[in-house]
Amino acid sequence: MNWTAIIVFVLLFGAVTIIGFAAAHWRRGDLDVLDEWGLAGRRLGTVVVWFLLGGDVYTAYTFIAVPALVFGAGAIGFFALPYTIIVYPLVFLILPRMWSVAHKHNFITAGDFVQGRYGNKWLVLAVAITGIVATMPYIALQLLGLQVVIGAMGVGTVGFYGDLPLIIAFIILAAFTYTSGLRAPAMIAVVKDTLIYITVLAMVIVIPIELGGYGKMFAMIPPAKLLLAGPKDGNLGQFSAYATLALGSAFALFLYPHTMTAVLSSNSREVIRRNAAYLPAYSFMLGLLALTGFMALAVGVDKLPEFAPQFAQYGSNFAVPALILHTFPDWFAGVAFAAIGIGGLVPAAIMSIAASNLFTRNIYVQFIRPNCTPKQEAQNAKITSLIVKFGALLFIIFLPLQYAIQLQLLGGIWISQTIPAVIVGLYTRWLNPWALIIGWAAGLIAGTWMAASLSFQSAVFPLAVDGFTVPGYAALYALAINFAVSIVLSLLFNQILATRGTDLTSAADYRV
Amino acid sequence: MARHPTRSGGSSRLWNWLLLIPFIALLWVPFYNFVEPALWGIPFFYWYQFLWVILTSALIIWVHYKND
Repeated sequence: MNWTAIIVFVLLFGAVTIIGFAAAHWRRGDLDVLDEWGLAGRRLGTVVVWFLLGGDVYTAYTFIAVPALVFGAGAIGFFALPYTIIVYPLVFLILPRMWSVAHKHNFITAGDFVQGRYGNKWLVLAVAITGIVATMPYIALQLLGLQVVIGAMGVGTVGFYGDLPLIIAFIILAAFTYTSGLRAPAMIAVVKDTLIYITVLAMVIVIPIELGGYGKMFAMIPPAKLLLAGPKDGNLGQFSAYATLALGSAFALFLYPHTMTAVLSSNSREVIRRNAAYLPAYSFMLGLLALTGFMALAVGVDKLPEFAPQFAQYGSNFAVPALILHTFPDWFAGVAFAAIGIGGLVPAAIMSIAASNLFTRNIYVQFIRPNCTPKQEAQNAKITSLIVKFGALLFIIFLPLQYAIQLQLLGGIWISQTIPAVIVGLYTRWLNPWALIIGWAAGLIAGTWMAASLSFQSAVFPLAVDGFTVPGYAALYALAINFAVSIVLSLLFNQILATRGTDLTSAADYRV
Repeated sequence: MARHPTRSGGSSRLWNWLLLIPFIALLWVPFYNFVEPALWGIPFFYWYQFLWVILTSALIIWVHYKND
């Protein structure tokens, strides 16, 4: 057991817990109303939204998984950088429209928007279920990030006592989310990102110095991992995989309910536009973080005998924690692990709030209890957020880790299938809601089939066109099918006026 | 109704097209899948993409400024 690291970790975790509970009093609102609890009253300014969206995108799992992918697979893992660059022009152009229409009509979720735009509750149900199902494994992976750093401090993570630290962290998370709503992760995100910036900067400065500079470090990387494998023998190789992973992930990102929640909590559309310009600061950090995968490779952390048991348990996900332990004094390892651990709490809180907003607004009120009062609505969301997190906890404790990773991979494919309804819907409602439902189902089935054909090990599907193989992100291929079906069927269905539903929004609502 | 036509839908919107540039620069991998020219020992593949973080941010700020 690494007592110094554990003490620092516990102290920082304790400080964050206090902040989480205190957050209920910050810009006080009536937390018995859903948009106060679930959107922090739509009162967040540029700086807080910057931290909140940063907390959404750059999570504990990112911190562990991105360097792990670079460590294991090399350059292809770097797609996270172009992905988090091209997402911001999209955020700048598209999301202010979503904010405006949501503000005007008091929409809290993407499902609310679809209801207002298309007036078809079955399409809303499809969007809501996709959002919830895609979010669940994501929350589970945040807990995984936490589990890896707890394991790194020498606390065994096997058996009931091994799970105990995780259960305690979970109870803290659940309690402050319940009492403070979105205000809690908004405030904690500020602490979390400060710690993460400190950790990453320390890593990218100290470790290369020990290795003799960046040039020496890159020289130690096997050439096959340094660049992408180019096109060869009628196969586009990693080129098309890299580009489609970046593009598809960028589109999927703001379909995720937790991103939508952070965006809608802004107090003006200007906040979103400004953030699109400033959020790339995080991308820069993410790129540096990805490079730590190479540092771990250059140091050869997986060959150090003291880390053998953890590598056996967590695989390459242990690369970054091992690098931290190997390089830094114990107290700083405690800071770094707290950064990762708290980095899991923030998105897990936002995700569970987002999922429960979706469930409450678009399933519970829509289908189960249409006449509930605002107070009952908020109460239901709070309880749902507990259930969602509890489900994620059971997932991590009782099911093999591999399932959570595979489900998260599928989640990315699934959530992308709501693009035609949600994103295209912001610009036109020419697409027919019934056509969108069938297109969504077609994309879901096709995407799942592609992932299944790869035994759920990868999301890069080798599409064969006329003897030529184009490996690409299955989410995009499935989306192409989705769009084709939606467009063809819209041509057909739009002939029948009754299928079109009613639109509560007007063109001006998207610009105010 | 009283809005100035060029503000909401006119020529200022043309600046938005600038935001296509990062997509082309980053999604066409053959532009940058090289080791040389390396910068301080960092292969081109890596520093090129880092550079685009800054360039994209600058483009967004520019378009934002022009849109207002």
